[in-house]
Amino acid sequence: MNRKMVFFTLGQLLLIEAALMVLPLIVSLIYRETTVFAFLITLAATALVGGALMFFLRKHNKTMYAREGFAIVAISWVALSLFGALPFFLSREIPNYIDAFFETVSGFTTTGASILTNIEALSHGMLFWRSFTHWVGGMGVLVFYMAILSGSSEKSIHIMRAEVPGPIVGKLVPRAKDTARVLYLIYIALTVVEIIMLLFGGMPLFDSVVHSFGTAGTGGFGVKADSIGGYSPYCQWVIAVFMILFGINFNLYYLILIRRFKAVLKNAELWVYLGTVFAAIAVISFNIYSMYGSVAEAVRNSAFQVASIVSTTGYSTVDFNLWPGLSKTILLLLMFMGSCAGSTAGGLKVSRIILIFKMCRNELRHLLNPRTVNVVKIDGKQVDGATLKNAANYFSLYMFCFAAIFLLLAFEPFSIETNFSATAACFNNIGPGFDAVGPSANFAEYSLFSKLILSFAMLLGRLELFPMILLFSRGLWRKK
Amino acid sequence: MNIVIAGCGKIGSTVIASLTAEGHSITAIDTNVKALDAVTDNFDAMTVCGNAADSDALNEAGIDKAELFVALTGSDEVNMLSCFIAKKMGAKYTVARIRNPEYNDQSLGLLRLHLDLAGAVNPDYLAARELFNILKLPSAANVETFSRRNLEMIELRLKPESALAGLRLMDMRKKYPGQYLVGVVQRDDKVYIPDGNFELSPGDKIGITASPTELHKLLKSIGTTQKQAKSVMIVGAGRTCFYLAKMLLAGGSNVTIIEKDMKRCNEMSDALRGAVVINGDGANQDLLLEAGLENTDAFLSLTGMDEENILLCYYAATKNVPKVIPKVNRDEFALIAEKMGLDTVVSPRKISSNVFVGFARALKNSLGSKIETLYKLMDGKAEALEFDAQDDPSYVRIPLKDIRLKPNTLVAGIIRSRKTIIPMGNDTILPGDKVVILTAGKRMNDLADIIK
Repeated sequence: MNRKMVFFTLGQLLLIEAALMVLPLIVSLIYRETTVFAFLITLAATALVGGALMFFLRKHNKTMYAREGFAIVAISWVALSLFGALPFFLSREIPNYIDAFFETVSGFTTTGASILTNIEALSHGMLFWRSFTHWVGGMGVLVFYMAILSGSSEKSIHIMRAEVPGPIVGKLVPRAKDTARVLYLIYIALTVVEIIMLLFGGMPLFDSVVHSFGTAGTGGFGVKADSIGGYSPYCQWVIAVFMILFGINFNLYYLILIRRFKAVLKNAELWVYLGTVFAAIAVISFNIYSMYGSVAEAVRNSAFQVASIVSTTGYSTVDFNLWPGLSKTILLLLMFMGSCAGSTAGGLKVSRIILIFKMCRNELRHLLNPRTVNVVKIDGKQVDGATLKNAANYFSLYMFCFAAIFLLLAFEPFSIETNFSATAACFNNIGPGFDAVGPSANFAEYSLFSKLILSFAMLLGRLELFPMILLFSRGLWRKK
Repeated sequence: MNIVIAGCGKIGSTVIASLTAEGHSITAIDTNVKALDAVTDNFDAMTVCGNAADSDALNEAGIDKAELFVALTGSDEVNMLSCFIAKKMGAKYTVARIRNPEYNDQSLGLLRLHLDLAGAVNPDYLAARELFNILKLPSAANVETFSRRNLEMIELRLKPESALAGLRLMDMRKKYPGQYLVGVVQRDDKVYIPDGNFELSPGDKIGITASPTELHKLLKSIGTTQKQAKSVMIVGAGRTCFYLAKMLLAGGSNVTIIEKDMKRCNEMSDALRGAVVINGDGANQDLLLEAGLENTDAFLSLTGMDEENILLCYYAATKNVPKVIPKVNRDEFALIAEKMGLDTVVSPRKISSNVFVGFARALKNSLGSKIETLYKLMDGKAEALEFDAQDDPSYVRIPLKDIRLKPNTLVAGIIRSRKTIIPMGNDTILPGDKVVILTAGKRMNDLADIIK
């Protein structure tokens, strides 16, 4: 690994984080809160460390290969979370540093799992920073870095592959820098539209911004104890629709922008995703109709929760922990599916499930007729062997990781349902689970050890396993 | 600028490398997924898998927004067809690689006209022409020609016994008067645009610009042998060999060709009257000696294997052949060859990528002074560019000594109606002149870029 280059880049990223922290600082100033100092100290410390790394490592060669891409992504996500946790800790609003770290990782990985028992007691600056981490983490810190800084690196595709979720990472436009810019422009535009639409619904400006950040990154941090439940049905519908929109592959938005509608309509992943969402909404609406007594309310709550879970956001309008078993089962399964590749959502990703499904079907054909040659096609194009192998291996590794985390959580004095859904909720970057970690509860009761495990699980899930696991491989660190 | 490149083979990937380095947005098309993976891994470019002559693939590559389409696949026919379709689908300019000798005669003009090609590039022919120029002046490591050979630039490696070693440039001018200019010097890894006080030392690689006759005079007076190579031995009968042999035979040289493949030998012997064609393995030393290696003026190894070419040339050099030239396509190997004392190497890849870089820069700057030729010198650290001067008040009719040039930039020659001027402080650039610029600094698109 080209350590100098990796840590130089980390220095640049820390400076970016320091710059991003100016926004919550401004919010604190507007609301005249004492948290200003927590932000100022963190900002200075982050900038200092970042600047020092850049200064001492300014002489480095720029060669980058796949391993450097993985290393930069994994190391920087951990480092950004470590520094991002400082404001919570320094302002004493989250007195324990590990709790603050959990909260920040949950923010950057767009999970939305919280250890806070009383969210409404938090200052505006902290609430803003918490949700802003969602927004930054959703599209990716390094994609942002590429959009504004790099331009010279020929091999920045390695960073993009490591950070952007999905089995196949393609570029929208020839240059990586321009691709990153297009992604962020779409991201910003969608966020702004949502803020405006929420303002129309009478939601206060601060709440609109924070909730739009939470939706855009498919995170799920809110400002109220009952999440979105207290807002008008209009606002709930807006957020539900945007959660589904942010779960769609951003490449499709670009295709719409350049008026290649046919390619959008041919996209198999989109149809499977939307089909699953609507089927789930329909079934759950029937299932919970008797609890609410009105079709409109049943459909709204069902749609909101399905959108929230499938996009791995984690907002809620009602306590779905009280829903019947069928609805809860569907929600639990949707947690694993997640949304489309190339979106800000977590989970296994629909495209991967399609690939694995088609591979299984081919395997069955092959068993019946050992000499058949079957190719896997997606969107009318043949998928090459390496991609298929990667998808299958990803799925296996995903299962192993899930089992390991679940086992480590078993030492806690909670029910199987709690631990299982907590693992699923963190690993898939959703947020709330069932039972003791349901939408009306939180993760505060877990031990510090389990919180670290879950923080790691969130990073694993957001970066799609490989970068974080490679961090433990000696081969990655070997000097070259 | 949006550029679509079809074909990611040896030439294709070199062109992609140099054009992405120039900051263009490149989309590459190929049928081979592995080749495309190598492109995405190594260069900042987008890829499309498919047949370049298929409108779907071209559409996906965004051909309607492309300013330049370059077809570099292995098949001339696919190149022509894809250029034709790309042009119809909205590509502004199209360039095809056409390397088959059958298309490179009178039919080329017809093809270019009716397929509406902005250019047809034949890397093998370009390499052969460069080799031919070098063989005319074998003492030079490299020869670049500008404006239909009215101005040449040669690269010389100064040997310890050279008369120039230890001389300051102003003293050199006094000792060897003439119309020439030492415009660029490479010492170790650094490239200098020297002034009069610059002292040459052994091991330097210097670039001299002058008209061909002046160059002959200068080389004669500094005592560097410069007899034209009269008998040439070539190993590997590829297309480059064919074109080169044809030129050499027309100039009256003796050519011996050694080729393993019998069928190819037959074709050569059929097409090249007067050449001695030997069927056998060029790596066989006895065979080379038997064919008269020790009495040849120049030995060229043009097989498809860089390693074999370098080793064969090294062997020939030990047998005191005055000029040996290997064909080396990979840059890393070219450096190794130079370390082994093989000053001259030829790389068809590099030659054609220079052509495309020049072409793309000229397109980018379609209003200003056009780039006519572009050469990368001294391992790509310096460039020689030929511009077509316009009536631009920022440089026209101003004595050169009054133009504030950018650092590391030099006006190395002016060609005015076939007359070559090696410019001094009082000379001026006039509209319609061809101006040759040497630069070791920023990249230039326009003649006006020389001004600070």
